[in-house]
Amino acid sequence: MSAVPGQTVGPFFHLGLEYDAMNELVPPGNPKAVRLHGTVRDGNGDPVPDAVLEIWQADPQGAVLRQPGSLRRDGWTFTGWGRAATGADGHYQFFTLEPGATEPGTAPFFAVTVFARGLMDRLFTRAYLPDVPELSSDPLLSAVAEDRRHTLITTREPDGLVFDVRLQGDDETVFLTYPRLRDAWS
Amino acid sequence: MESSQADINREIEAAAQQPGGPQPKLDYPSYRSSILRHPKQPPHLIDPESVELWAPAFGHRDVAVDEADLTIQHAGTPIGERIVVTGRVLDGDGHPVANQLVEVWQANAAGRYRHQRDQHPAPHDPNFTGVGRMLTGPDGTYRFQTIKPGPYPWRNHLNAWRPAHIHFSLFGTDFTQRLVTQMYFPGDPLFPLDPIYQSITDPKARDLLIAQYDHEVTTPEWSTGYRWDVVLTGTHRTPLESDIEETA
Ligand SMILES: [Fe+2]
Repeated sequence: MSAVPGQTVGPFFHLGLEYDAMNELVPPGNPKAVRLHGTVRDGNGDPVPDAVLEIWQADPQGAVLRQPGSLRRDGWTFTGWGRAATGADGHYQFFTLEPGATEPGTAPFFAVTVFARGLMDRLFTRAYLPDVPELSSDPLLSAVAEDRRHTLITTREPDGLVFDVRLQGDDETVFLTYPRLRDAWS
Repeated sequence: MESSQADINREIEAAAQQPGGPQPKLDYPSYRSSILRHPKQPPHLIDPESVELWAPAFGHRDVAVDEADLTIQHAGTPIGERIVVTGRVLDGDGHPVANQLVEVWQANAAGRYRHQRDQHPAPHDPNFTGVGRMLTGPDGTYRFQTIKPGPYPWRNHLNAWRPAHIHFSLFGTDFTQRLVTQMYFPGDPLFPLDPIYQSITDPKARDLLIAQYDHEVTTPEWSTGYRWDVVLTGTHRTPLESDIEETA
C-alpha cells in the first residue's frame, strides 16, 4: 500500500501540538532529572524559532515502556516520550531521565524526530549519551563518517546534556532513514 | 524582489519535470522557507533498533472523548460549514493502527488560525479554537466533527494562498512511522498554485492527501461528511497476534 506523504508542520503547529508539561518527562524538580537541550539552526547558522522536537527513549534500566500518560502527565509515571518547541532563540529543552541500554553492550540513545516550518517532512535522528564505552562499537556511529559522528552524540555540560540540531550546512546533523520507508517510496 | 504567482507556477512546472517520488521534495525552493531548512546530505539508512522498533502508547487517560468535537469547545456554535471527517489509520501492510493518537489543527471558516503569529485580517471566531485529538478504534478508525476551514493567504510570494486543509499528526506502531501531514478537500482550485502541495511531484501520491466527500458520512439535517484513510509506512517488527485486531 502506498504511504500517505508528509507535509510541513507549518507555522501554527503550537495550536495543535502544544500542551502542558509536554517537555517534562519527569518534573524538573525530580532529583534524577536531566536537562536535554540545544538549539536548532538553519543553513546560515541562524536559530530556527519554529521547530518542534520529539524524543522517545528507554527508561534508565533500558526498558521500553509503553505507558499512556504523555499528554496528561501525572508527575509520577515515566512514559519515555515528550515534545518540545523551540523558542525565539531556536532553543528547546526537555526534562527527562537518562536512558539505559535496551540490550547489553549497546549504546543508549534518545530517538529524535524534528519538524519545522519550512521543513517539508519530518526528520529522524538519534542523540546518544556521551562517555559510554559502547559508543566505540555502535553500528550506526561506526558507519557514519568520522567528522560527522559528533552530530549524533550529546555533550555533558554543567547545565545538562546538549544536543544541537543543524538542519543544513557545516556540521549538518546526520539524519536517518529506515528500510520500510524506502520500500514504501520506491 | 517578491516573486509573483506566475514565477512560482514556472518553478513548480520545472520541478515537476524531475519527479522526486511520492514524498515531498525536501529541497523545493518554491516554498521559500525550505531553502535554508532542508538537509543537503542524504539520510543515512539503518535498520531500526531498540526504541525505534516501538511507538509511544497513548490511552483514554490522555484524550477525552469530547476532544474529537471541535464544535463544542465554547459556549456558542462556531460559524461555518459543519463537517465530519473520518477514516482509518493503517500501516503499510494494511493492518489497522489501533488505539493510537491522532491530533488535528486548522484555521476557522474564514481562514484564520487562533495563533498569535497569524496576521491574516480575517475574523477570529470566539466559538472555534481549531484543535482536536482522538484515539483510533480497534479497526484503526478515527472520527471528528469540525467546521470546514477556509483557504488563507501566506507570505511565500505575492498573492500566495493555501488551499483549505486540516493539519494531521499521526503515530504508528513503531517510531519510524511517525507522520505529520495535511488533509485537503476535493476540487480545490488552489492545488496547482500551492508549492507546499506541489512539493510532492508524483500526482498519485499528492492525491492521497485529498479527502473524498462521502454521503454515507453525511448526516440528515446536521453535517456533511468526508472520508480520508491514512496509510503509514510499514512496521519493522513482525506483528504479534495481539497487535492485529479484527478488521471485520
Ligand atoms: Fe495550515
